Amino acid sequence: MSAGPLVEIRNLSKSYRRGGQVVPVLNDITLDIPAGAFVALMGPSGSGKSTLLNLIAGIDKPNGGILRVGGVDIAELSEAELADWRAEHVGFIFQFYNLMPVLTAFENIELPLLLLRMSTADRKRRVETALDMVSLSDRMEHYPSELSGGQQQRVAIARAIITDPTILVADEPTGDLDRASAEDILGLMDRMNAELGKTIIMVTHDPSAARHARTVRHLEKGVLTDE
Amino acid sequence: MHFFKLILRNALRHKLRTGLTVLGFVVAFLSFGLLQTIVDAWYAGAEGAAPDRLITRNAVSLVVPLPLHYREKIRSVEGVKTVAAANWFAGVYQEPKNFFPQFAVDPAPYFSMFPEYRIAGDEFRAFLRDRKGAVVGRKLAQTHGWKIGDAVPLKGTIFPGNWEFVVRAIYDAGEAKTDTSQFFFHWDYLNETMRARAPLRANQVGIFVISVADVDRAAAISEAIDQQFRNSIAETLTETEQAFQIGFVKQTEAIVIAIRIVSFVVIFIMLAVMANTMAMTARERMSEYATLKALGFPPSYVSALIFGESLAIAGVGCAIGVGLTFPVGNWFAQQMGTLFPVFEVSGETVALQLACAVAVAVIAAALPARRAARIRIVEGLRAIG
Repeated sequence: MSAGPLVEIRNLSKSYRRGGQVVPVLNDITLDIPAGAFVALMGPSGSGKSTLLNLIAGIDKPNGGILRVGGVDIAELSEAELADWRAEHVGFIFQFYNLMPVLTAFENIELPLLLLRMSTADRKRRVETALDMVSLSDRMEHYPSELSGGQQQRVAIARAIITDPTILVADEPTGDLDRASAEDILGLMDRMNAELGKTIIMVTHDPSAARHARTVRHLEKGVLTDE
Repeated sequence: MHFFKLILRNALRHKLRTGLTVLGFVVAFLSFGLLQTIVDAWYAGAEGAAPDRLITRNAVSLVVPLPLHYREKIRSVEGVKTVAAANWFAGVYQEPKNFFPQFAVDPAPYFSMFPEYRIAGDEFRAFLRDRKGAVVGRKLAQTHGWKIGDAVPLKGTIFPGNWEFVVRAIYDAGEAKTDTSQFFFHWDYLNETMRARAPLRANQVGIFVISVADVDRAAAISEAIDQQFRNSIAETLTETEQAFQIGFVKQTEAIVIAIRIVSFVVIFIMLAVMANTMAMTARERMSEYATLKALGFPPSYVSALIFGESLAIAGVGCAIGVGLTFPVGNWFAQQMGTLFPVFEVSGETVALQLACAVAVAVIAAALPARRAARIRIVEGLRAIG
């Protein structure tokens, strides 16, 4: 791990090709995110905040600029290298939880561990610890359809932290939840950041959710507006 | 372990859809197995032929007879071991639908050439002693409930009149391909009766069945036999028993080809059904595949899940279909009576069923698996299942 910022972004740009036309989404983004930060990315729809999150998470590639995470220039990695990198360094929290409906809470949380060399007993121990952290030990055998939205998102958080990743990326993590469940999830993310020192980058359009972050950055039309 | 768990649980997610697809497989592969077995049954006579047996017939046509005195001339050809006269009888037992093959044969030499017809010694001796005696196959006897000593009346068609026979022996199959639906009686009985009823038709033989001492010389012996009768009033055509049987099958080859084509059309229809199932399945789960890829699972894992599910569904459907082919085949054979003397599901048919199932599963899953493996994660995450 380098001594500089955990996420180092320099003059980053991203555009999509739609019907033969090039549509710019991110323009000349420069941003540093230190390790242990809890950053909220805010902005209106189409501002490019989810695209920026996807680039940082390594599930999309920029068209130009520099994007280093933990000193690794992830834009230069091949697809296979990027998959390995994500498995080791990134925990994902999605708006719609994205759990496997045919796997129990326990099995969903265990999923990322299958990519690591680990004994069954070790996996079991880690999953039970994660379930305990998200207060779902009594629901480990439940399938997603048997859980509330808030409980599903807690399973997703447990899955995100199970490999002890470098960063947690959350795309509208409370977007599909009622206020009470949203507060519950945001409180859990606060704990992950404060107690475990997890670096969290969260995309949200909800100001009350953004208030949980230590830093809030705004994007508009693909440009950071609060530099 | 998780991999197989995911495949199994995914396959059971839409129980009705999976159930109907499996049912489709069962019907398709059962039909395929039965149709292939019908084709095999068509060729069973040729496959049961021995390499050391030759058939000599009139070169003009099978329906044109040969003179009886050819028997001695053929016997004198070097390399010929045994010669027996035989005639296709084509009698009707009670009504035409009770068809079964009937042959008038020189009993001792004929049966010495067919060791696969297993006949008890005392029964065979009783048959030899009785001019009106008959040897019938076990399947034929069971079909009509005949026992030793039963009288069997046949109404002649090629050889007019009413003919009386007595069952003196029942033969069993010595090999899997042995036809036990045949009826044999004394050629002398046929000839003597014809001499009395229609003297001009006496001493005429349909075919000569010949055995040779050296199989490797079969072609040369055939040539030598035919050479003897060249430029005579009844030229001969001698060929191996297998070639002779295939000649029969070739007369109805268009039907066999049609059955074979239909059997593969059934498989092709199943491929279309399966491809549709797998395409729907993969499309619904695109966001799950994208999530797996986001978590770090390689594209090969995602495509293996789709191939695995396809193979699992095809495997279950095919296994049930193959399992049912045997009892349904037996039932079908019983319903067909003696039309298909040998109707057995072969190992080749089962192997072909399994190979087709694997091919259908792999081809049906190929495009959805490729699409799922190649989809961009951000696009897949946006997909609505």
